[in-house]
Amino acid sequence: MKYFMLSLALICIVMPLEVAAEEPADSLSHQLGEIVVTARKPGKDIIPAQVLSGEELRRMNSNSVADALRYFSGVQVKDYGGVGGIKTVNIRSMGTNHTGVVYDGVELGNAQNGQIDLGQFSLDNIEALSLYNGQKSEILQPAKDFGSAGTIYMRTRTPVFNEGETYHARATLRTGSFDLLNPSALIELKLSQKISASLSAEWVNSSGKYKFRYRRVNPAGELAYDTTAVRQNGDINATRIELNTHGILNRGSWTFKVYNYNSERGVPGAIVNNVWRRGERIWDTNSFAQGRYTGYFGKFTTLNNIKYAFYRTHYVNNDDKQVKIDNLYKQKEIYISSANEYEITDFWSVSASYDFMWNTLDADVYGFVKPDRISQYLSAATALDLSRVKIQASALGSFVHDRIKGQQAPADKHVFSPAVFVNGYPLRNKDFSIRVFYKKSFRMPTFNDLYYADMGNSKLSPERVTQYNAGLLYDHKSSSFITAARVSADVYYNRVKDKIVAYPKGQQFRWTMLNLGLVDIRGVDVTGLLTVTPYKDLYLTVRGQYTFQRAIDITNPADNYYRDQIPYIPRHSGAAVVNTQWRGWGLNYSWIYVGERYNQQENIRYNYTQPWYTSDLSLSKDFNLGKVSLRGLLEVNNLLSQDYDVILNYPMPKRNYRVTLTVEI
Amino acid sequence: MKLKQFFLYFLPLLTVATSCREDELVVPTEYEIIGDERPGADIRGFYLVNEGNMGSNKCTLDFYDYYTGLYSRNFYAEKNPAVVKELGDVGNDIGIYGRKLYVVVNCSHKVEVLDAGSGIRLGQIDIPNCRYIRFHRGKAYVSSYVGPVLIDPNAPKGAVYEVDTLSLAVTRKVSVGYQPEEMEIIDDYMYVANSGGYRAPNYDNTVSVIQMVDFKQVQQIPVGINLHRLKKDKYNKLWVTSRGDYQYRPSRLYVMQKKPGYNQMVVTDTIPIACSNMAFYEDKMYYYATEWNNYTASNTISYGVIDVRTKEIISDNFIKDGTEKDITIPYGIAVHPETGDIFVTDAKNYVSSGTLYCFGPDGYKKWSVRTGDIPAHITFLTK
Repeated sequence: MKYFMLSLALICIVMPLEVAAEEPADSLSHQLGEIVVTARKPGKDIIPAQVLSGEELRRMNSNSVADALRYFSGVQVKDYGGVGGIKTVNIRSMGTNHTGVVYDGVELGNAQNGQIDLGQFSLDNIEALSLYNGQKSEILQPAKDFGSAGTIYMRTRTPVFNEGETYHARATLRTGSFDLLNPSALIELKLSQKISASLSAEWVNSSGKYKFRYRRVNPAGELAYDTTAVRQNGDINATRIELNTHGILNRGSWTFKVYNYNSERGVPGAIVNNVWRRGERIWDTNSFAQGRYTGYFGKFTTLNNIKYAFYRTHYVNNDDKQVKIDNLYKQKEIYISSANEYEITDFWSVSASYDFMWNTLDADVYGFVKPDRISQYLSAATALDLSRVKIQASALGSFVHDRIKGQQAPADKHVFSPAVFVNGYPLRNKDFSIRVFYKKSFRMPTFNDLYYADMGNSKLSPERVTQYNAGLLYDHKSSSFITAARVSADVYYNRVKDKIVAYPKGQQFRWTMLNLGLVDIRGVDVTGLLTVTPYKDLYLTVRGQYTFQRAIDITNPADNYYRDQIPYIPRHSGAAVVNTQWRGWGLNYSWIYVGERYNQQENIRYNYTQPWYTSDLSLSKDFNLGKVSLRGLLEVNNLLSQDYDVILNYPMPKRNYRVTLTVEI
Repeated sequence: MKLKQFFLYFLPLLTVATSCREDELVVPTEYEIIGDERPGADIRGFYLVNEGNMGSNKCTLDFYDYYTGLYSRNFYAEKNPAVVKELGDVGNDIGIYGRKLYVVVNCSHKVEVLDAGSGIRLGQIDIPNCRYIRFHRGKAYVSSYVGPVLIDPNAPKGAVYEVDTLSLAVTRKVSVGYQPEEMEIIDDYMYVANSGGYRAPNYDNTVSVIQMVDFKQVQQIPVGINLHRLKKDKYNKLWVTSRGDYQYRPSRLYVMQKKPGYNQMVVTDTIPIACSNMAFYEDKMYYYATEWNNYTASNTISYGVIDVRTKEIISDNFIKDGTEKDITIPYGIAVHPETGDIFVTDAKNYVSSGTLYCFGPDGYKKWSVRTGDIPAHITFLTK
């Protein structure tokens, strides 16, 4: 502990700015037990994920899933700012399209552009967030889950009833800066001994208005300009309704979910000279229904999913200085998956999965070819669980067939993606483990890449990624003074081949997509977690992550950005969270750092983007009034009011506040 | 206690490895010695506007000074540090009239006015979605995609704005065709190339004729679809380019001329080449053409010369030393009015620094220099 305080003190010396506000460093933590419980089924995945769950997740000063993901190592979040701003994630610099996002067991799709806006996913009903590099190292999973280069799993709350309970209810109200009004409610019902249902609903309304500031000085230190303005057209009005039913069978279980998200948003757009307000608006309707059946028959386990999704996006440009645009896009998806595992012996099992997916995109845009796509995935995997070594190997075959209206469709695509994961315990006590993995994966060109009017190129082939990873984990739990300690470090080498990039074409300002890029990525991810109980009832948890990434473009020595760091990937980034729990009180301090980056391919002065770091603080108190439990949470984000852009010309909010009140029965 | 050691070393390391924010500086100018000096020449130098990709706010200005042989890259912010968010988003044209330099900044919806000698800002003219600028008898004319009156809000016609060059105030507006681009003034008529580029496949195909006296559109002459460039040669012929529909109808070059005894411009020739941009020097028209070939997934680029008297192609490559292999996407062309040196800009991939090439009249490269993003439009400064 002494050493630890010393290192904290060292941070204070190096970074005096940060410290003033975070002084109560020795009085933070959270209930460790909860994480362990919600983390994962033990023994199944051989390489553990990074997990944020339960109480810890709720205290993290996060507006959305994207905000929470910033605490994971190896992840870069692109954030266009504000409540309604688009937020996408990129794992280990491989690109957003290589990141799978799974919601309660089924991957979310976007055949149009391959990117999932995680700003649309509220944390309100999320129980756990996990990040897997490579893949979830579990062999019983849908074939598609073997396909992404990295995957984020979001899991919503599953009702658990104690003896004699028949219902739970929770109501939450969040309000604060940006004129935020965000009520939500959850009802869980025990319908019978074996069936339960939950209904979760949420409404978000915000003007999206916040102050931001641009300040420049000349090299002599004299002020050049200093402007504070209010972000406009960033308003959002959204609703989410989610109905879940869960059932237990004699030899298995089933769940069924219906999800609907509706929003109207302003698109705040880039702040450029003479333009402080824009007139673009987007209406989104995302609906899906998904069902899952899991069956256990002795040594045979089966996991089956089915999903239907409908996404509607209506984009309007009302800016009277621009040419009017009014486009409607509709996407449909049907997904059927069957994963099956057989335990040959108690240490050796095999699995086979087959997924079928159909996607279509319709748009009222001139010359639109209305593509539809049939994707089939077939995987085989095996797992060996010897006492000191666990090995998993999987192979995925992907078969993609596109059809387009009135034209000849591009040739079918077949991709083979193998992966091997090994985890070993060199010491007897299993606190310490070593892991390595190798994986090949790919992303299909999206409908936009292939067929977007004038720009698409139907001759594109899939973009491929090869990953090599080696790492260590020290994970120790005890009931003494240090209740938990975990440190992990991974080094990795990724190569993105045939990267799909925009290429200038023909006359004037026109583009096409080509399989041109080659990116070499070398990185280090380090995470650490320590929970101590210095006094009775006082829990202190410190969590840290650091990421180093050298992701360089090695496409062509003739390019003026040859061997330069790719855009928006910082060499250094990290986060630190200090959490204290004491008799119903909780204090959470989190600090996020993203180092210097370049906003375009060339690493020159004109493309330089400064590092940013924000400090967030939250204070919570739990009360119990008989059977009713109450919680109040007060958050201050960007405590030091740093003026920063994550994406060039998309200013982020200055200091902002949020108050949350929760009542639970 | 391994763990304590970890925190002891790891956390401070994290802080050392990372760096802190500093004050954001005004973007500094960069100078390069080119050495192509012509002290005392009538042409003092030239300005180059780099468009910058949309949303990047990276429209920048470069200047080459023939008196000192120095190329200054991105001088605007340093000369005008108080301008919030610098020059703006997507430059589209540049011109000098009198002692003023005008920069059309398309996505900042303004024409920036600078002192042509010093580069110091004099003011700005707010014109929505402005595209090109020309000058005539004390007035500046700016084409705009958005007309003053929205007759049909779903298909807004473009306009030409008239600006007084002394007061920098908009004096008159006239509605023209869809998404007007370049224009030219001959006698007391203005000719405007209408593209209709946002209306595919229903492109506009006309040149608007505006009578300057009462600033009215008096005629729309059908020429070809998706018109863009419109430039006059020394014989008052108009050279007009059509971009085609990028698919079935190829890009074309048209010549318009008044019939003797008539006041009306008519299309006299259709030259079957794809012309992207052009510049005139004496009786020669230098042009480049970029055409995308879907089959080979590559651009076919040519650098040609046309004799404006005979309208015949006299060379299909004015670059004689093989430099054309280094140019990814030619994006701008200009000819030095005194020396006949030819300038070609390379916009590369549109999102990285471009290159400006200077070729002697013999077609051999004299020098080249790194520019801002999407170097595109050049105007020469006289003494």
